[in-house]
Amino acid sequence: MADTILELRDITKTFPGVKALDGVRFELKKGEIHALMGENGAGKSTLIKVVTGVYQPDSGEILLDGKPTAIRGPLDSQRLGIAAVYQHVTCYPDLSVTENIFIGHEKVHPLTRKIDWKELHARAAELLESLDADFAPRALMGGLSVAQQQIVEIAKALSTNARIIIMDEPTAPLTKRESEDLYRIAETLRDRGVSIIFISHRLEDMYRLASRVTVFRDARYVGTWNVSEIGRDDLIVAMVGRAITQLFPKRKVAIGQEVLRVEKLSRTGYFKDVSFSVRRGEILAMTGLVGAGRTEVCEAIYGITKADSGRVFLAGEELRAAHPSEALERGLGYLPEDRLKQGLVLEWAIATNVTLPSLERFSRFGWMNRRREDSKAKELAERLEVKANSVYDLVATLSGGNQQKVIVAKLLTGDMKVIILDEPTKGVDVGAKAAIFEIMNELAEAGYGIVMVSSEMAEVLGMSDRIVVMREGKVSATLDTADATQEKILSAAMAATEKA
Amino acid sequence: MSGEMIKGTARARVIRSGEGFRELGLLVFIAILCVAFQLRNHSFLTLANIKDLLDNTAILGILSVGMTLVLITGGIDLSIGATIALAGMTSALTGMVIPAINPLLSILEGMAVGLVIGSVIGLLVARFNILPIIATLGLMNIVRGATYIESGGAWVSSYQMSDGFKALSTGTTLGVNNLVFIALVIFVLFWYFVNHTKTGRRIYAIGSNPEAADISGIPRRRLLWLVYATMGVLAGLAGVLWVSKFASAQGDTALGYELNVIAACVLGGVSISGGSGKASGLILGVILLGMLNNALPLINVSPFWQQFIQGVVILAAVLTNVAVKRNNIRLALRKRAI
Repeated sequence: MADTILELRDITKTFPGVKALDGVRFELKKGEIHALMGENGAGKSTLIKVVTGVYQPDSGEILLDGKPTAIRGPLDSQRLGIAAVYQHVTCYPDLSVTENIFIGHEKVHPLTRKIDWKELHARAAELLESLDADFAPRALMGGLSVAQQQIVEIAKALSTNARIIIMDEPTAPLTKRESEDLYRIAETLRDRGVSIIFISHRLEDMYRLASRVTVFRDARYVGTWNVSEIGRDDLIVAMVGRAITQLFPKRKVAIGQEVLRVEKLSRTGYFKDVSFSVRRGEILAMTGLVGAGRTEVCEAIYGITKADSGRVFLAGEELRAAHPSEALERGLGYLPEDRLKQGLVLEWAIATNVTLPSLERFSRFGWMNRRREDSKAKELAERLEVKANSVYDLVATLSGGNQQKVIVAKLLTGDMKVIILDEPTKGVDVGAKAAIFEIMNELAEAGYGIVMVSSEMAEVLGMSDRIVVMREGKVSATLDTADATQEKILSAAMAATEKA
Repeated sequence: MSGEMIKGTARARVIRSGEGFRELGLLVFIAILCVAFQLRNHSFLTLANIKDLLDNTAILGILSVGMTLVLITGGIDLSIGATIALAGMTSALTGMVIPAINPLLSILEGMAVGLVIGSVIGLLVARFNILPIIATLGLMNIVRGATYIESGGAWVSSYQMSDGFKALSTGTTLGVNNLVFIALVIFVLFWYFVNHTKTGRRIYAIGSNPEAADISGIPRRRLLWLVYATMGVLAGLAGVLWVSKFASAQGDTALGYELNVIAACVLGGVSISGGSGKASGLILGVILLGMLNNALPLINVSPFWQQFIQGVVILAAVLTNVAVKRNNIRLALRKRAI
């Protein structure tokens, strides 16, 4: 055990009414990439907070280099060489990269307390170079892509001489290629002797990167395996406690008439000549690299932004949505990618959230009919199996998967014809994913036309009838899912120059 | 699931009562103050004095309704003191020129002035995305300046006003002073608006989560314009009533009064950061501030101390608000445990 750098023994942490960690253990070797997996609420985040000193465990032992250590706070953990890179990057968008890296531990002149910017910029440049970064230390953080911002976070961790780096779902907001870059960085760090705890919902991340994997379930430790020795199915069973027979339970649905047609839709600087169509009961996947313009196309169709040219037809009639309210009225719903920010009013009850886009249906001459509102919300909550005590529960108290269902419910209050789902399973655990796919199946069966924007290849291939691939603002391929392969989609998604 | 739903209704009531705790606290605080004032001065809880207090607080109440709408959207309006002055001055000057003018027309005139000012602010905020504090700061100065320009710096005094105009604030409707009557009507309309209309619901939504409101198809810009225009109309109304009540229109009428109005809203539990505020809390906040304004002189507290005490009470109210909120969140999270 000489090469064990961090060991957690019997860690328990309770919050009022919840056991967040129940006697879990975890062991990290020097220079190892160790994946930590489990469904949402399994206790992964709490464990990170214990290791970074945000929470103090109620009982149990933390051994660092074999010595019992108390981690009293975030500063303490930094001093001990532990750093975390979070899924949603916590940065200062108006400051430079250098400032973001060194904030909190800037080097100052002992007498004048003046910050030595020259020195800091030079050190930042060094760190960025070691990570193969393609941006300058003086660049503004806010102008960088999410992937680049993550690299800054990693540089920040290295600047504190971190020996243990925790990456919390780093690949969730990244495209395939950006993920590859991140894998390479993680491997470089590992080879330098840094130990990495890698948390991800993506099985492919784990198989690609980690040497060992530890699984938590319901706040308990399930087991630790060598990645080479555990198969995909066994791992899923370990995580959910049951076998998910079919991860992508796409059902065959009778496909009806065309319900949405987009013709040569263009918006300068974002997308050009985008055409596609969706039929009733059909699930159309829209894929491509992040930045290919998928979300922008959807936003233009829905009326959040305005296209410069091109036409959209909904059920045969032209739709020129200047505002989302018009799209909703005509029967086109949109589930945004940034769900918590754009989809929900967290401090509101389930019922009021559900009816927000369609208050007309629950009011007469402007007066609200609360009873009708509540009963409709109840009906939808039951249909989508939202786990809550009542529709009066605040949305903030629901788990991520259930919040997702509430957003879906928002789209079902009226007579929708087409529903656009932008990355519907992003950051959602395996169990909730299955529930969302089930909902999509039901919607398709009910005759809705569905557009699913997704970056996850498996999901695109597993859940759609047809696939539209976008590249740099244009549709580069339209495929029948039956004939599509991962290779075909990838080559359509990536520019020709990158194929080599 | 239906069984759980029934259980949930009971729980929803519990959560609501957790929020109601705040209003209860305010009510208790008001009661304690009443007792304390009564002990110091036995004429405090007389009918005449309570009537006085209400008469003097009515205008504050009218304005607080408009301000609450603005605050719920996450905005603020610093221009209302100036709007009061301009609307009051304009109606008073008109009354000087046409003494026979119907007082109700004077009121409409003041409201029209307020509507113009509020519309401009609404346009700046909703259409041109200017921060409300900046837009209204600018308008505050413009409107105040306009008042001085319009009047040439002179006052319109009591003898220059018609009796009908002055009777606006002294007369009664259904046995209640006009000011109080108007304030009550506005409060009832406000209560109904925020609790039972879809527009009211949407105004909370744009304050709570503007992005989600946009995605949900809520016409945010139109509603923002609406709240500032409403605030302007109410300020214009208040301006005419103010001039009638004090029988004097001056360039510096209601100077800085917007801060009193904001204080009343905050005391009533309206959040400056938007998204929350209730009619029941607001009315208590207005009464509490009205009591501090009117009763402290009555029990011989020196004017110097009056302001000091007001400040302490406001901070105390905000601190309790924070504590209650934290407690509610903790309760909600505890319930999350499944």
